[in-house]
Amino acid sequence: MSAGSTGDLPSGELAIETQGLTKRFGHQTAVDHLDLAVPHGSVFGFLGPNGSGKTTTIRVLLGLAAATDGHARVLGQEMPAALREVLPRVGALIEGPAFYPFLSGAANLHRLDAADRHAPSATRRARVREALERVGLSHAAGKKVRAYSLGMKQRLGIANALLMPRELLVLDEPTNGLDPQGTREVRSLVRSLAAGGTTVFVSSHLLAEVEQICTHAAIMSAGKLVAQGTVEGLRRGGEQRVTLTTPDLGEADRVLRGLGLSPAGVGSAANGMVTAPLADGILPEQIVAALVAEGVRVRGFAVENSTLEERFVALTGEGFDIVQ
Amino acid sequence: MSSKQQAVRARPSAGWALLGSELSVLFRRWRTWAMLAALAAIPVLIALAVRLSSRDPGPGQGPPFLDRVTQNGLFIALTATVVSIPLFLPLTISVVAGDAIAGEANLGTLRYLLAAPAGRIRLLAVKYAAAVAFCITAALTVVTAGMLIGVALFPVGPVTLLSGDTISVGESVLRLLLIAGYVSLSLAGLAAIGLFISTLTEVPVGAMAATAVLAVVAQILGALPQLDWLHPWLFTHHWVGFADLLRQPISWDAFAANALLQGGYIALFCTLAYGRFASKDVLS
Repeated sequence: MSAGSTGDLPSGELAIETQGLTKRFGHQTAVDHLDLAVPHGSVFGFLGPNGSGKTTTIRVLLGLAAATDGHARVLGQEMPAALREVLPRVGALIEGPAFYPFLSGAANLHRLDAADRHAPSATRRARVREALERVGLSHAAGKKVRAYSLGMKQRLGIANALLMPRELLVLDEPTNGLDPQGTREVRSLVRSLAAGGTTVFVSSHLLAEVEQICTHAAIMSAGKLVAQGTVEGLRRGGEQRVTLTTPDLGEADRVLRGLGLSPAGVGSAANGMVTAPLADGILPEQIVAALVAEGVRVRGFAVENSTLEERFVALTGEGFDIVQ
Repeated sequence: MSSKQQAVRARPSAGWALLGSELSVLFRRWRTWAMLAALAAIPVLIALAVRLSSRDPGPGQGPPFLDRVTQNGLFIALTATVVSIPLFLPLTISVVAGDAIAGEANLGTLRYLLAAPAGRIRLLAVKYAAAVAFCITAALTVVTAGMLIGVALFPVGPVTLLSGDTISVGESVLRLLLIAGYVSLSLAGLAAIGLFISTLTEVPVGAMAATAVLAVVAQILGALPQLDWLHPWLFTHHWVGFADLLRQPISWDAFAANALLQGGYIALFCTLAYGRFASKDVLS
């Protein structure tokens, strides 16, 4: 499957679908003609540097902000028109957790659950207890949120998203503020939810996180979608690279250049390495055959896919600049 | 929603749980109790000042009805109400109403309530209902604290009304509760103004201050004879006009006029709040 091919699925298969979604604040375009296609049952990584329009997209999808232009469908229904029917089926963590500091963790969940008319009050107490247990906060249920650490608030935010059985979970930066242990727990939680059939839409600027748990991903840059598809497809969409281990650096360099590659050598003559991006139309076995024919001693040869991180940097640019 | 979904999801409830939750959040806050305690302190301070003073207040001295207090403790409630109306009561209402939407936006809980989904109109209605509940509680607090401290420190007996008639203690208490209702109604208009201002900002203190300032400005305008054409339109116009409730038989004219005026303000500002909030981008 190549990048973007998920967009070819019939719309009934999509948990989230946007067409030309645009959000402008004054002259600034936060989201620019976004065509998102999130398949049902996928764990979808929504990637992009800070300020690339991820949270704004999520706000529009959840009906908190109105799109300037374009369409958004969530769980098969037009948003924000079908907001009342759609949102009870969606659990969300939006731009970090937010709670009443003067209420306990459990009381906060009771409050937010009471806001949902579809959440039965008869089971509220049990559901709150279960959700707290699921994120490992049972011991702090009665503690005022004022005394919670950032990681605990983050867990409470996830517990809020899990108060009801959901068809879609939208998690905006779910591991923000969590320690490595908490991050692992969130990952396994997402996996178990996905195994139960829930579509999970995770926004993140941490690639490792997404690469490990996601089946699909989209990459945003400056409000635009720059790539979308399965994680495997995205990775393959990047360039492949051959790595050759040989003592005959000079000769190897000459042979590779002869094949039209642009190699870069590293290491000593005794045991050097040459890497080169794999050009289109040249198969790895042809390279090895050519090297051997020229008498280059091949001690190691590997074809490597680029990591999602390399792909991400290639698409969004390097550095910490926030794209305006 | 597909038929499968309908089978899984129960029919939505009427949604009273959110109002219950709102009231419980309001009355679980330390701030709410501090404000009610401050309101209750007003009649207590007045009663103590009169009780501990060596000379009784002379006729017509001090705030209205103060000269009657030493003969009948129930008048403390009346004096305290008149004293609290210009500033103390509006100030506490401004805090609660101004905080309604802006406070949720400031905490960030607004986006979670709306994503729950609480529904924007429902959330506004619940917020206004809670603000009105606080108006009633605040007015009752002043009146009740006044009656209790009056009974504790002064003799209590039948009350002579402004019309010269005398009513029993039981009926006097009813009249005082009626006055609390009148004051609550007056404050409900201010609460609607505060609710609207609260939808304009994410800074709750700003909304609170703006609402309180409006209440004071309206009273200042109401005191300027040059603007007498404007006076009937000010929401503060009937605020202290409950003397009619102290006549026998009760004259309901002031009550009706106040109800009409406050009803107009409530309708106007709740509509404005709806207009603003229903289409607002929630980015907090």
